[in-house]
Amino acid sequence: MLVSLNWLRQYVDIDGIAPEELAEKITRSGIEVDAVIDRSQGMTNVVVGHVVSKEKHPDADKLNVCQVEVGEGDIRQIICGAPNVAADQKVIVALPGARLPGGVKIKKAKMRGQESNGMICSLQELGVEGRVVPKAYAEGIYVLPKDTVPGSDALELIGLRDTVLELGLTPNRSDALSMLGVAYEVAAILSQEVKLPEIQYQTVSEKAEDYIKVSVEAKENPLYAAKVVKNVKIAESPLWLQHYLMAAGVRPHNNVVDITNYILMEYGQPLHAFDYDALKSSEILVRLANEGEKIVTLDDQERSLKAHNLVITNGQEPVAIAGVMGGANSEVTSDTTTVVIEAAYFDGFSVRRTSKELGLRSDSSARFEKGVDPNRVLIAGERAAQLLAELAGGEVLEGTVAVDDLDKSPARVVVSPDFINNRLGMKISLEDMLSILNRLQFDVEAANGMLIIDAPTRRQDIKIEEDIVEEIARLYGYDEIPMTLPEGNEQIGGLTPYQAKRRIARNVMEGAGLYQAVTYSLTSDELAQKFALKAEDTTKLLMPMSEERSTLRQSLIPHLIEAAGYNVARKADSVALYEIGSVFLGKTEDELPYEEEHLALVLSGKWVDHAWQGEKLTVDFFVAKGIIESLFEKLGLTDRISFEKANVDGLHPGQTAAILLDGEKVGIIGGLHPIERKKYDLKETFVAELNLKAVLGAEVEELVYASVPRFPAITRDIALELDRSKPAGEIIEVIRAAGTKLLKEVKVFDVYEGDKMEAGKKSVAFSLTYFDPERTLTDEEVVSAHNKVLKALTEAGAELR
Amino acid sequence: MEQQLKQLEQEALAKLQAAANLKELNDVRVAYLGKKGPITDLLKGMGKLSPEERPKMGALVNAVRENVTAQLEERVAVLEEQAILEQLEKESIDVTLPGRKVRQGNRHPLTRVIEEIEDLFVSMGYEIAEGPEVEKDYYNFEALNLPKGHPARDMQDTFYITEETLLRTHTSPVQARTMELKKGEPIRIICPGKVFRRDNDDATHSHQFMQIEGLVIGENIRMSDLKGTLDALAKKMFGDDREIRLRPSFFPFTEPSVEMDISCFKCGGKGCNVCKHTGWIEILGAGMVHPNVLEMAGYDSKKVSGFAFGIGAERIAMLKYGVDDIRHFYTNDSRFLSQFHRTEG
Repeated sequence: MLVSLNWLRQYVDIDGIAPEELAEKITRSGIEVDAVIDRSQGMTNVVVGHVVSKEKHPDADKLNVCQVEVGEGDIRQIICGAPNVAADQKVIVALPGARLPGGVKIKKAKMRGQESNGMICSLQELGVEGRVVPKAYAEGIYVLPKDTVPGSDALELIGLRDTVLELGLTPNRSDALSMLGVAYEVAAILSQEVKLPEIQYQTVSEKAEDYIKVSVEAKENPLYAAKVVKNVKIAESPLWLQHYLMAAGVRPHNNVVDITNYILMEYGQPLHAFDYDALKSSEILVRLANEGEKIVTLDDQERSLKAHNLVITNGQEPVAIAGVMGGANSEVTSDTTTVVIEAAYFDGFSVRRTSKELGLRSDSSARFEKGVDPNRVLIAGERAAQLLAELAGGEVLEGTVAVDDLDKSPARVVVSPDFINNRLGMKISLEDMLSILNRLQFDVEAANGMLIIDAPTRRQDIKIEEDIVEEIARLYGYDEIPMTLPEGNEQIGGLTPYQAKRRIARNVMEGAGLYQAVTYSLTSDELAQKFALKAEDTTKLLMPMSEERSTLRQSLIPHLIEAAGYNVARKADSVALYEIGSVFLGKTEDELPYEEEHLALVLSGKWVDHAWQGEKLTVDFFVAKGIIESLFEKLGLTDRISFEKANVDGLHPGQTAAILLDGEKVGIIGGLHPIERKKYDLKETFVAELNLKAVLGAEVEELVYASVPRFPAITRDIALELDRSKPAGEIIEVIRAAGTKLLKEVKVFDVYEGDKMEAGKKSVAFSLTYFDPERTLTDEEVVSAHNKVLKALTEAGAELR
Repeated sequence: MEQQLKQLEQEALAKLQAAANLKELNDVRVAYLGKKGPITDLLKGMGKLSPEERPKMGALVNAVRENVTAQLEERVAVLEEQAILEQLEKESIDVTLPGRKVRQGNRHPLTRVIEEIEDLFVSMGYEIAEGPEVEKDYYNFEALNLPKGHPARDMQDTFYITEETLLRTHTSPVQARTMELKKGEPIRIICPGKVFRRDNDDATHSHQFMQIEGLVIGENIRMSDLKGTLDALAKKMFGDDREIRLRPSFFPFTEPSVEMDISCFKCGGKGCNVCKHTGWIEILGAGMVHPNVLEMAGYDSKKVSGFAFGIGAERIAMLKYGVDDIRHFYTNDSRFLSQFHRTEG
């Protein structure tokens, strides 16, 4: 909402307050002022000129040499290129020395050899937005009425000596979508009165009801009133009206349309003017549209209607979409002589639905949607009749033709002062409360310790006690509210075990050298299931903004790979990222996808780079696996985790494992397939993903101290010849199973595949540690235990080297 | 013989001094004091001496031997020290060369902000509540006093999945779910999480972002409690000398509703580019829980009241760290992420 202070002054006294100060007061008490706009923008030396003569420039087709009177007897030659400049016009002239918006300075100049002493201006050159400039002047200079005086201040005349407040209105304050609404607000803040427009006009003896009949067949339209004005002379509106509209961001058209728009801005009540003759009937029938019914709206678009859209008809065909836009068939044109003014109350929900469906948002629909003041509908119609008589020479027919079932009673709220103070944590006196409510012009009565309030109907947002709390508090001043903390807390705050473990998981990842990434949950349909631990039905947006962000992901890996690619493309030689986030799987009973929190990581490029020591290590499978193993160790799950060779689309078939917790798959780890690497221009890249929900959710035993060994351990090494494809992990399982309780640790300390081995074979060496925490082991005991291991290995087909 | 002894002593001492290292010194020791050395020989030859001369000579030999031994030990100490010095010299390094740094990663700046806020509220007795990112229209809107067709729904452009399910536009549905779960019991929670709005990604908009909301419900929860709580939050995040101010605003789920500004941390309120020359920076929205919201979740709005607030983690991080483009949080450039490693304060 753009509020011209010159216009606002018509209703409330704001003299002596600087615009910035007023803006601050309005902002602090409830309505945010987004901007304070000085419409003069520091312009100087802009005056009214009279074009005495106009001749073609001798050396330039598109230029004219004009003699312009800019003060009594002060005639100057000005070159003008506007197509619409003509002799005897009154125009706006920027004299040499003038400053215009955008840092333009006007100087004396020669144009193609002809002297020019100033510039004849368009409104755009004076900083008026092109979209609100009347169409007649949109492509050229602005022409003033004949009776304006050369040399006088043009800015004053066209309303640019004004300040506009741009209000950022929240949906509840639709009352401030009108100048009068803003006036009430400002009056409450400044403890001033509101001066309402005086509505008086003459009527002719003919009756409106003899011209038009109104009937309503839809509950969405509880009030429809029509006024008829004859012998209207369509013309430009007076300057003041045009400039108020332009200040409010509305383009002037002609006096009839401008009057309806003026009242829309003044009262917040949308009106519509029909050309009576174009209605081709003496009937207005409001009804729901027939499915598929067509209407061409004022913007020359044909609209197809649905059965729930409310339309105004001439008894047969639609002439307007109620509250949204008029029809082209009944539009006011330059030939119009008799107009029907519609003042109506349309249901907000219905208007909102229709305007949304048709993609037609207008100043009118915006106000109906939020609910207009029921008590202003008829007044606005009267105001229109008055202005049509005053400004368009119209003759107002007697009476209003109306169907009126609208409830216009105010909302009553009963609230105790104690409730207000308790809710605020304050001690505002009853007197102060009454004073504030009076300033707001709420009807209030204090009785039996209660405030009985009838809120004016323009304030549709006032319904319950809490609304009164807010009104009192905002005008009393939020700065006056003290600062306290909630009392009576019996809750001990904290993180849940899962939340605490998740932070630990973050610490492990970061301690291992990985940065936490956050990527988008939305991805493309193509990537949604890629690398998924378990692919299930995907969740797709109804109306995605792009294919790239259309579907919810089932794995975190694709976006991490993209992030790795992004970093490598920017010359990063080492990438190590992890992410914790949800994946979205299938659908649960309550129609929502099953959300599972996962942890994923990506490693690419160098891992260790101690450059001057010459120690370098590129990431490999075991770097990634080591990090995952560290996490399991921290979580106390090491003994319950196993890795099993696996195949995952997009991962290297020889370097991929499934991660199992108690035998259940909880993750994958692997090298990125060379073909995938190529897509993102990545070198060696490894990824892993865990079902964090399962991993952190696994219950582990309480931590109990085990005695620190006081007796020596004995180690025995075994070297085995194995098939190249035989996983060492299986051998370790065999050793662990066969080792007695004396076997405490099994480590792989060497793996060899090469010339010295038979083709298809490898050598793996294990170091076994035996000890007993209670005593020193004897040789025999160790030999006996170790022999059991050797025997089991032989049985498992492993060959001792 | 005595003369011979003196000469030996002189020779031995001279060679001791001449020995350049421990090995040569050992050779000298073996040569003069060893079992086959001349002094031992002299002692063996004492049998030929007269009984009167023997003790005298014995004493003399012992004296010589002790003297040589003592000097030898002294010399050993000197040479050992010298050897250590040589070793130290050889082992000395350029300590200004860079060390073998242990790789360390760090939290994402948004997580950093969120955990900081979580910790503050946990210390004030709050629990952390989380909920799904895909929500029902009911919890995201209807339970929050935003029935279908409500004009205020336009404040949040929504990604719908079906007519009834959507990507949550705020973490408020977690509040609605918690209220439903607690069945009338008091609540103190903080709800962090990802949220989504239909926005084109640019320097100031992101279709995905993070929010942290707080909710307190109990008997006699007042607006002054909200103000005091927000003041604690502002001071924690932006410094103890921050002031706050509340401005009236509108959210369908709170009444009264406010927006909170903090005094500008850059200029202290004088006006600068960070606060757009107003001295104040808008930080968050808050309010007293709307009675309709309480009633829908089964609370008696005549008996209990509550407050709620919502913060954008990106906004906090952008202000706190001076980040100028919201997209930085989602491109995961290591050069950006690695800047949030160190501690502050």
